[in-house]
Order: sequence, then structure tokens, then C-alpha cells
Amino acid sequence: MVDAPSENADNNAADAFLQGGSLKHAPGPYFGGYGGRWMPESLIAALDELEDTFEKAKADPEFLAQLSDLNKNYSGRPSLLTEAKRFSEHAGGARIFLKREDLNHTGSHKINNVLGQALLAKRMGKTRVIAETGAGQHGVASATAAALLGLECVVYMGAEDCRRQALNVARMQLLGATVVPVVNGSQTLKDAINDALRDWVSNVDNTHYLLGTAAGAHPFPAMVRFFHEVIGEEARAQILEQTGKLPDAVCACIGGGSNAIGIFHGFLDDPSVKIYGFEAGGDGVETGRHAATITLGKPGVLHGARSYLMQDDDGQTIESHSISAGLDYPGVGPEHAYLADIGRVSYEPITDSEAMDAFKLLCRTEGIIPAIESSHALAGAIKVGKRLTEGSADPSETVVIVNLSGRGDKDVETAAEWFDMLDEEGKVKGTNLSTRKPKGPSDRAEPEAVPTTAAPATSAADNNEDQN
Amino acid sequence: MTVQPASKSAAAIDRARDAGRSALVCYLPAGYPDVQATIDAGIAMAENGADLIEIGIPYSDPVMDGPVIQAATTEAIANGFRVESVFDVVAGITAATDVAVLVMTYWNPVVRMGVDEFSRRLVEAGGAGLITPDLIPDEASEWFAASDKYGLDRVFLVAPSSTPERLAMTVKASRGFVYAVSIMGVTGTRQAVSSSAERLVADTHAAGAERVCVGLGVSNASHVREIAAYADGVIVGTALVAAIRDGGVPAVADLTRDLSTGLIREEA
Repeated sequence: MVDAPSENADNNAADAFLQGGSLKHAPGPYFGGYGGRWMPESLIAALDELEDTFEKAKADPEFLAQLSDLNKNYSGRPSLLTEAKRFSEHAGGARIFLKREDLNHTGSHKINNVLGQALLAKRMGKTRVIAETGAGQHGVASATAAALLGLECVVYMGAEDCRRQALNVARMQLLGATVVPVVNGSQTLKDAINDALRDWVSNVDNTHYLLGTAAGAHPFPAMVRFFHEVIGEEARAQILEQTGKLPDAVCACIGGGSNAIGIFHGFLDDPSVKIYGFEAGGDGVETGRHAATITLGKPGVLHGARSYLMQDDDGQTIESHSISAGLDYPGVGPEHAYLADIGRVSYEPITDSEAMDAFKLLCRTEGIIPAIESSHALAGAIKVGKRLTEGSADPSETVVIVNLSGRGDKDVETAAEWFDMLDEEGKVKGTNLSTRKPKGPSDRAEPEAVPTTAAPATSAADNNEDQN
Repeated sequence: MTVQPASKSAAAIDRARDAGRSALVCYLPAGYPDVQATIDAGIAMAENGADLIEIGIPYSDPVMDGPVIQAATTEAIANGFRVESVFDVVAGITAATDVAVLVMTYWNPVVRMGVDEFSRRLVEAGGAGLITPDLIPDEASEWFAASDKYGLDRVFLVAPSSTPERLAMTVKASRGFVYAVSIMGVTGTRQAVSSSAERLVADTHAAGAERVCVGLGVSNASHVREIAAYADGVIVGTALVAAIRDGGVPAVADLTRDLSTGLIREEA
């Protein structure tokens, strides 16, 4: 709402940056003109309860100790900061460092947020958590935290995403979660969020909605950022230790924007550090088939927050497109919308093709298979590295950090298809190995928790079996 | 609640009250299956006992709606429904009947058109106001300004989870009536009316609301009778959407007539 922010501008930490203050601890509910609570009244009491629980926990040494213990002894934090020397040769010679969130337990940054929120769920006496997932990483992380803390877990996942990320569906089921394929709308992340919200409004007494990104209604954007701030804090200390100075630039990929806001947090108040967010450009922003929300979207309200939004002239949400399920979202976290407007962070689109080139390059030069989401940040870092070193006598003076938000194990099939490594039956060319159906007791009944409609991935595999 | 004689919704509810009964509020989404059908169905509802009509704007992300309304609105959008057609529907119904016609809409389509522009066109079409399922008074300053400027009703929702403070605030912000959500959930037909509804209506009245209508899960005359005993109005949605889907305008007329039989308050 246009006039809401002015009422809140005085206590908005983000605004203070413009007068030389701090951006990194913006508390919400508003980030400039973005954020807020565009939500049904039925859910306001639950949001109030969550906000209250979060604020108290944040100030409770016992909670912080519990979280820190889980981060260290369960997730494996701090995550490494790895210099990518051979990869750097392709980025104008700038020194590229990778913040290795891919090495966390469950394979991405998502674990940081779910452990925090699952602890809050326990504090609120909730026995059940629900989550949405795009690539499946947040669903896997949620199922993991739920198993660890003894909570029931239901994950909503677009049917199209279930197909793209069948391995993660199985992973969630192994962890004891129920996966509900969502067949509404575009069958991707935004529709999974819609169904999760419908579940939440119906079961709010015993259920916490474990939202996976720094978007949605207050307190989610500020709270999810808080749980990911550890990424930026570690990265800042690590780069100072390894290079003796702050980086010239920090790069991250943006879907909803949680990994990005986590690493940005460490550098927002360092004016010398350029910050870049890379959105999914899909087939190219000129084709209309993309998820470049900030680059081409317009302000609107969706899923509880005012932010940039891919929408048509009627305010209907436009379906986004990206090779990466985790970036395939037509909205973006409100803090990013604000950081874009004030010019603190530059947001640029990266096409599927650019991301996949960077994916392959990292595999070949560093022996690291990145998530396709994170590959957008890698592709962006190549551009930024070239840009910042142009005309430089010693390009190695330029230091760029990339948030490697996840590992690419889940993306092997997508990558194999992209690089034309599969034959018509989905087998790796020249072999008898199928990417779609690992060898195993295929005639065994499905696990009980799987709804019968959860079958897109399974039926694809069954078709393969028939052809064998 | 601010009482303004200009409120078309309040006047419609008061007319029913004067006749010794609750008001019947009937919902259909615009453009399902097409715009003319919605106008015809709206007129049929008015002629068969509806006191107020809610016309929904089909929206891509209807988080408060269950499967029946989702399917209908998704089809309307697929058939090419445009938001500005809602004004044709409102004008078509108000030209032919004297019912109060409100528009029920998720907020983003209003934001996109511009809150002032949307309000201006709604008044021009003869509309009574807006029901806003995902707009709470806390975020509604722009809507307050426009609804005051054009004399439109602001129907906000209250829920069983609303705290006494929020009930009081929402009642104060509303004009026309307050929409009490009978249960914690989304739209859809249910076997029984939740017991939480009666308490919520009492609490909302106690918070100062003169008119409280109950919606969600109300699908037959027996439900209507139960709610009419304590609420100023009874809202039916999903059952009517199923009726137009399965039997077209005649089925909507039949169901409305049947629902209206539940309105008469039996004297104790």
C-alpha cells in the first residue's frame, strides 16, 4: 500500500541506510513500501503468535544456544569458503570464492531456516509442520527437521515439480513426510504455496507453516532472513581471513530470495561491496518465458506480502518459467524489492542456457556439481568478474564471493537431458543405465504415506519398465 | 460499525430484518461459465429470495477457496474473463433488480487497476461495496480513502481465531456488515455448520457490529435455518456454484428459492 510505508519509515532500519545507517537488520513488517500482511483474517492470530514467539526466542540465550548447537553438530556449520581457482580463469581472472552451502546436511542452505522454524514450532506447542517446495530442497530440509524433532510433516509440491525432482520426492518420503502433489494452476511453487496456505487456515491450531523463503506475510521475511544470516556472517569472516579484505562483489541466485538475503546480510552495510542478485531468465526475458520478477515484474500483493510480482494487466499472476524448479516463482521477497528500488543490490536475469554453461564449467573446473539454482549465481559471477576486471592490470586483486546455495545431485537428470546425454528411453547414451529408475526391488508396493496421486514420477518410471 | 444510511448492504439487511427474517446473501463468480450467465443467474437469485448478491472476481491464486470455486474461477479465466467485466455483471443485475450487489475480490486485481479507479467504476455500475477476503483493515488505508470518497461498503472478515482487540478494530473499520467466517478453513460445502459460528456472531455483535452475516460451509436450507436464528444474514457460495455448474441458471433459481425457506425466524 502506497501510504503504509511512510507511517513506518521512522522505525524502518532499511531507510536509515540512506542516511548512513544500517540496512542489515531491517525488522519488517515493511521494507520501504514492501512487505506487510496481505492475508486472510483467519491467519492473523497465528502470524501474531509466530511473531511473538520469534521475538522472544531471538532474545533467549537458551534458544540461540540450541540453534547454534544444531547448526554446528547437525548441519555441519560453518560451511566452507572455497576458492575456485580454475573456475576463476573463466571470470576475467577475478578470484572467485564459493560459500559452500551445498555441503550442509541435506545439501543446501535450506536447513538453516527449517531448524530455526521447527524449534519455534515446538515452542508454540505445534505438533505438525507443513511446507511448500519447488526443487524439493526445502521439502527435504523440512522433512529432515520434522524427523529430528518428532513433528508430523506434510509437503505440498507442484505435480510438475514432482516430475522434475522425483528423487527429492522419494527422499522426503524416506524421511517420513507425506508429499502432496499439487495439480492446480501451473503445478509449480506458487500453487504449492496456495495449497499450503489452505491447509494452514484449516489446521492452524496444531500446525505451523514452515515457509521456505524470505517472502510471505510478516514475520516470515525478517524471520527467514534471521535464520540465514549465519551464511553472510561466516562468509564475511572467512573472506577477511583468507584474503585480508572485503570482497569486491557478492553474488547469489534469487527465487524467493532466502539464500541471497542470508549472504547479503553480511555485506549490506559495507558500501564498498557490490551486491548482485541473479534471477531466472528462463528462455530469455524477451520471450516472456522466465522468472525475472524484479527485472520485469510490477509491484503487487501475493502470498501475504507486497512486492514485485509477475502479473498481467488484470493483476492475475503470470506463470513463471525456469529450468530450475527452485527459482520458478513469480514473486520475490519484499526486502529484495526494497533493496532493488534503493539501488543497493543489482538484480539481473540469467538464462537457462547461461546457467547450464556455468553448471558444466564448475563440474569440469572444480569437481563440484552445483544446483541449477546456484548455477545462475555462478553464471552471474562470471559476468561480474569480467566486468570488474576489465582494463585491470592485476585482475586477481578483484575478489567475488558466490553463494553456492545447493548441490546438484537432484539435478543430474535435468542436466543429462540438457546436455543431450540420454537416449529416447531416458538411458545414458551408450549404456544400459537409466537415470529415471535406479535398480532395486521395483515390484515392491509404494510406501504407505504416498497418496496414490503422487505418481507422476513413478508412472514415468513404470513406462520405462514397460519398454525394457 | 459506522452506520451510514447510504449503505446499500445495510439497507438490504434492514429490509429483511423489518420483515422478521435474516437476509440471504448469494455468491457467484463473474464469468462462469460466461458473463451473461452470471447476470442471468444474479437476476434469478434476486427474484427467488436473495437480498444481497456477491459477485466474485476470478483470480489466479484464490487461497481462501476450496476446489469447487477454484475450478469455476480457473475456468472463467481460461475462457478469457477480464476483471473489468465484473462491472458489466454488477450493472446488469442492478439494472434489473433492487438487490444490493457487492463484489468479492482478492486484493491484487484491485491494486492493479488502482483502488480509486476500481471504486469509481464500481459505483458507476451501481455496486454496493467490496468484500475483501485477503485484505485486513491494517493494510487498507488506500481502500478507506476510496470507499469514503465513493460511499462504498467495506466488508471485512472476522474469524473464530480473531482476538477481542481485532474484532473491535475490524468492526469499527467495516461498513454495511461484518462477514463472520464460520470455521477455520476455506470455502466449500460441509455436513454441518460449525458451533464456533454462533459464538463468533455474538462476540462480533458485542464488539459493536449491528449487522453480522455468516459464511463458509453453508449449503442447504437447514444450515440457513440454523444460522438465521442468530445472524443478520446467511451467505451461500459453493452450493450455488455447484448448481450453476450442474444445472445452469434454472438450478440456481431453484436452490435460491429453497435456501430462502430457511430464513424465517421461528418465534420462540
